Amino acid sequence: MKSAIFAERQDQIHRKGEAPFRMDCDRESLAGAVSQRACVFCGSRVVLYPIADALHLVHGPIGCAAYTWDIRGALSSGPELHRLSFCTDLQEMDVIFGAERKLYRALVELIERHQPKAAFVYSTCIVGLIGDDLEGVCKKVAREKGIPVLPVQSEGFKGNKRAGYRAACQAMFRLVGTGDLAGIGPASVNILGDFNLAGEIWIIRDYLARMGVQVVANITGDGRVDDIRRAHGAALNLVQCSGSTMDLAVMMQETYGIPYIRVSYFGVEDMAESLYAVARFFKDPAMMERTRELVREELAILYPKLREFQQALSGKKAAIYVGGAFKAFSLVKAFRLLGMQVVLVGSQTGTKEDYQELHEITDPGTIIVDDSNPLELSSFLKEKEVDLFVGGVKERPIAYKLGVGFCDHNHERKEALEGFVGMLNFAREVHNSVMSPVWRFVPRRTQGLQAARGA
Amino acid sequence: MMNRGKNPEKAYVSTTNACKLCKPLGACLAFRGVEGAVPFLHGSQGCATYMRRYIISHFREPMDIASSSLGEKQAVYGGGANLKQGLDNVMNKYGARLIGVATTCLTETIGDDVPRMVREFCQEAAGPGEEMELPEIVTVSTPSYSGTHMEGFHAAVRALVEQLAQGGEASAAVNLLAGLVSPADLRYLREILGDFGLTGIILPDFSETLDGPAQLDYEKIPAGGTPLAEIKAAGRSRATLEFGRCLSAPGETAGRFLENRFGVPWHPLGTPIGLRETDRFFEVLEELAGRAAPRRHALERGRLIDAMVDGHKYLFNQRAVVYGEEDLVVGLTSFLVEIGVHPVLCASGGKSGHLKAALAEVIADLLPEPPLVLEGADFSQIAAAAEGLVSPPDLLLGHSKGYHLARRWQLPLVRLGFPIHDRFGGQRILHLGYRGAQSLLDRLVNAVLARKQEASKVGYGYL
Repeated sequence: MKSAIFAERQDQIHRKGEAPFRMDCDRESLAGAVSQRACVFCGSRVVLYPIADALHLVHGPIGCAAYTWDIRGALSSGPELHRLSFCTDLQEMDVIFGAERKLYRALVELIERHQPKAAFVYSTCIVGLIGDDLEGVCKKVAREKGIPVLPVQSEGFKGNKRAGYRAACQAMFRLVGTGDLAGIGPASVNILGDFNLAGEIWIIRDYLARMGVQVVANITGDGRVDDIRRAHGAALNLVQCSGSTMDLAVMMQETYGIPYIRVSYFGVEDMAESLYAVARFFKDPAMMERTRELVREELAILYPKLREFQQALSGKKAAIYVGGAFKAFSLVKAFRLLGMQVVLVGSQTGTKEDYQELHEITDPGTIIVDDSNPLELSSFLKEKEVDLFVGGVKERPIAYKLGVGFCDHNHERKEALEGFVGMLNFAREVHNSVMSPVWRFVPRRTQGLQAARGA
Repeated sequence: MMNRGKNPEKAYVSTTNACKLCKPLGACLAFRGVEGAVPFLHGSQGCATYMRRYIISHFREPMDIASSSLGEKQAVYGGGANLKQGLDNVMNKYGARLIGVATTCLTETIGDDVPRMVREFCQEAAGPGEEMELPEIVTVSTPSYSGTHMEGFHAAVRALVEQLAQGGEASAAVNLLAGLVSPADLRYLREILGDFGLTGIILPDFSETLDGPAQLDYEKIPAGGTPLAEIKAAGRSRATLEFGRCLSAPGETAGRFLENRFGVPWHPLGTPIGLRETDRFFEVLEELAGRAAPRRHALERGRLIDAMVDGHKYLFNQRAVVYGEEDLVVGLTSFLVEIGVHPVLCASGGKSGHLKAALAEVIADLLPEPPLVLEGADFSQIAAAAEGLVSPPDLLLGHSKGYHLARRWQLPLVRLGFPIHDRFGGQRILHLGYRGAQSLLDRLVNAVLARKQEASKVGYGYL
């Protein structure tokens, strides 16, 4: 059998301990390699999607809108405009003659119909080619309708998902600084890079409230336009996720002098450390004491419940392949807490620094991979005899087909995995997959059995 | 004619909650049904990834779609080099015996001449003096800005026969072009042909590639699919059966092509859903096989009619909204009017222009009042039209994307077709033939019973 690894991709794969650490990344995906990556448009759509009172109009062909319609678990406590899929559904004539007029009419009618607080207009491949003046149309509609109408320069082919994050941040940055700052106290933060999947941002907001920290804007989980407009009033930005909203934090620091810290709400260590970092920032001993108390309380509930799962899962092998590497750091630690061994870790869009850090926190023999594909991932799963694979929808059938357990840790998930309670949910989900009796019947287990019987 | 909801004068230019998908997705599904094939999208990476996720979520199976992963540079200077590198990689790593290349709106708009690039690739790969076996490379033009996933699906099927089928000495085989049906449907169709003693060339056949067994190793290309040799032999078959009344109404279909080019007699049929459309399908099979339907199929037909009688009172005058792909809507409507359900609204995101006429044909004299028909509709238009009806509907039939309406109206949704994203086993739903009609009938009656039971204060456990 031919090797599953493309020659062109060999330097995007590292086996810890086999050679000095060196990895290439941040490259265009190899043609024909079936990358698990998406595109610029996807990056923008992912970041902005949870803003629930904005109109999200896809200016392009129907596919881009249809494939992103209500697929994520990003919840809203109020309006749910984000769950509708709006599209200009470009047709052949639009491509030939341009679609500015169609875009204008679509925006006007949709704004009249839904009364959004703002509108985001996503550019797609085709719009980047036919050269519609998105900016001009948006300006005109904004003037006429009296709401911000923001172009998102998310032409699919102009880079990868990270370029889409940047385009989304640029669009949001135009909102920041336009709102009223009344009522914002000194101990205040914005939550960046949390998308309120399965209500996760509400867990984090509850922790912050217990610490005495005010949240100005959710960016973007359960997000609201008016909150983002006054986000420049916060004292600190908390940035989660691998850079999806990092550009916004940097822009806000440069323009408004708001510092940011990187946080992660996955796993016990990172969750606790993130809260302590906030308390340290505000230099308030009482807040620090409240934070310690909070962590103590939560751990007192969590640890006894985790024990059963730790016993069952101890020694099992895990593989991680996620969109951004930052989540992978937390997952490595979370698996360690469960007594599991991480044997493969990779991401679609990690940076050099990300992979360096993964190299530092993983055990010898671990495979580290950038921008992987089904052939590689399946061969690694088999080689490492993995018990559980963590990834998204596209990784799931690879695991299941080979008889490997799976945990969905992507934007489609409907289970809250953040916070201390999220760690428990995560452990339960991992446990429920790994310990299922069905694995006894899959070929990878029964073939060994047959061989043993035959011997 | 009413085709814009209850407010024909107010035609929205925007689409809200589409009831269709884009053209390349259909082409990828069709190519997945060919043995040894890898679907390949010539465009940016996101298209392949989005479609993979969408398809995986329905079938719960691996769905590798290769991409030429065009970036900004290629969009300016042309995607030829990426296309060739991608083909080379798929050829070498996947060992593909066929690569189905579908274009996207990006590469159509920049004007890449894909057939020429593929010819060049083959010449370069073959090289002087080198002996190299190249896979078949079939190309199809599928710009997302014209037509739906169904046009993409049918275009890929047509491209397969146009580019591969050959003439020659007549064979005893029968071509069966079933359209976008479920893997369970495809397995059942093969069983039917076998029972008639007919050798079938079913194209495409993703009964195994998109609903396969657990594996010891990851199959680069899942086993199953229509063998290449069979597609090549399709020009020599004794007949072609092609499903879909809307499909066969206009222009060049794969079946019509085979007739015009190779003289293979073409039997356009309605998608065999329900009694009469299945009868027509079986009549053609009887004629081709020169024998009556085997007893077990006659029995299935008899049981279906028996069950239609048993269930008729539950269903009579139930008002249904049917939505989805045009030919699926036509088939379902045909069955609904046979069992006394009143389809009050039939809607599709497709706009072949033939939906209304096809519906009128299958409804014939079975319905006193014709349904409201929406072509090229999105779910906001479907909702507006349904809410504008004088009497509200009682149930919905269609895929998962109409669930939000079922929830809003608190009505049962009988899930059918593609995609099924909120239930388990979408790939195993049987729609076709007497057996599919039986299964559909059971589900419909039970949906009505469940609704009645839940609405009842008494809570009868005996209905």
